[in-house]
Amino acid sequence: MSAQPSPTDTIQSNPIYKEILEQLRPHAGADVVFGPDTVITQDLGMDSLAIMDFVFDLEDALDLSIPEHRIAEVRTIRDLVAAIVLLQKEA
Amino acid sequence: MAIFDKFQPLNDSHDFLKSVGQSPSELQFDETLSPTEAILNGRRTILLGTNNYLGMTFDDASIEKGITALQEQGTGTTGSRIANGSYDGHKALENEIAEFYGMQNAMLFSTGYMANLGAIGTLAGRGDYLLIDADSHASIHDACKLSDAEVIRFRHNDPVNLARKLERLADKPGEKIVVIESIYSMLGDTSPLKEMIAVKKKYGAYLLIDEAHSLGVMGATGRGLCEQAGVEDDIDFVTGTFSKSIGTIGGFLVSNVDGLDIVRLASRPYMFTASLPPSVVATAREALSRVPAATVLRAKLWDNATQLYAGLKTAGFDLGPEVSPIVAIRMQDAEKAVALWNGLLEAGVYTNLALPPATPSGWFLLRSSISAAHTSQQIALAVELCTRIGRELGLISCPLQSSAKVEMMNVGAPRKSSDSEAVPTSKKDDAAAQA
Repeated sequence: MSAQPSPTDTIQSNPIYKEILEQLRPHAGADVVFGPDTVITQDLGMDSLAIMDFVFDLEDALDLSIPEHRIAEVRTIRDLVAAIVLLQKEA
Repeated sequence: MAIFDKFQPLNDSHDFLKSVGQSPSELQFDETLSPTEAILNGRRTILLGTNNYLGMTFDDASIEKGITALQEQGTGTTGSRIANGSYDGHKALENEIAEFYGMQNAMLFSTGYMANLGAIGTLAGRGDYLLIDADSHASIHDACKLSDAEVIRFRHNDPVNLARKLERLADKPGEKIVVIESIYSMLGDTSPLKEMIAVKKKYGAYLLIDEAHSLGVMGATGRGLCEQAGVEDDIDFVTGTFSKSIGTIGGFLVSNVDGLDIVRLASRPYMFTASLPPSVVATAREALSRVPAATVLRAKLWDNATQLYAGLKTAGFDLGPEVSPIVAIRMQDAEKAVALWNGLLEAGVYTNLALPPATPSGWFLLRSSISAAHTSQQIALAVELCTRIGRELGLISCPLQSSAKVEMMNVGAPRKSSDSEAVPTSKKDDAAAQA
């Protein structure tokens, strides 16, 4: 499912969210509609290899490293934004 | 049963393989004739996917040592070295593998898989960092799960990406341990070792290299990629296996880092599984003792690898990036990959079929591993059959190579009782070749 964000959902203005979408596009299907609650594996049809490549691209773009266990905990794009915000605070 | 429902995708994939041919996981050889030939479904089959790089599985001296150990010390140790104590062979083999690598310390494990589990999973603890290559073997990924360390992947064979990740950790406390492989098991590509070492030294990290596929295969005395690259002094830990070029089973960790022995009391894969049986230790010791002087076998192995790689490349197949004792045909089409593997089996050539997600970049791979015991005729026949079937499947478009120079063996034909006399690489021939 590609859940539509509520009008009050401010995540879409978050630069991390925008960067994630930017990096996701080449790895996901052309017709896929992204949203904060898009499930990365299920909704985007990405297998573990595609996710790994996407994470490498995202790490380069944001200049941070995302440890394996953090990736394992991520389900939606919203989860990924939260994980990255946390990583940036810890850095 | 609901408990197995989660395996439905795996089931579907397995069912697909069975619907179009044989299942790799269910293959059963009727008889193994030599390091390079077996009987499969009543057919004589060239073994081109067994990692038996030096052809040591039928080495007469190793077999003799194994039999003696069996008779004198029994069939097994029935427990771990922590619980049941060590046999003299365990310590002797540790001393010999340490001496072989010129390292101070060595630990034996029951398999190469467990060596990585036991080494990586223990060396890196809570607060430490494991930096692993994106194409790492499953044993390395599983070791990471066993460790309490934070795990960070870097792009395959990319020292720049590794440096970037270590840079980000520069101010963080905790040890940083970089884990790489000498020859990567799927495509047969080697690590850019000197560049990796430069990075690890710059950032004060430890480096562990798995030499599973290069022991006996690379270096003047068979110590692997580190010896070949002349960088052994810069390596902190080496893991490896006796299940490939040594022709038996077992794993090891060697190191010059002081204090390694404490790992014996902290490594669960070392502490909580049965130790290697005396017969296995005896065969490993004998085979290992022969590796430094096995220059003729190594040369033959690389000649065979070059012949296979060049033959398949000329035919038009998309191969891994470099000549190696592992030669993999890369394919995008699952059905054609499976058909090629099945076609070769029916024609009398056994290779490995490797499917995503176990493969780099989602390729479907027909993976071959070459042995010094292969004859050039066997390699030529494998190239010819592969080319013929690949062409029929539309994987390549080149014209068929002339088979005039290929001495056709009885490969692929139903076995007759008298055929065993005519096997080109018999058990005796292989043993003689290694002498």
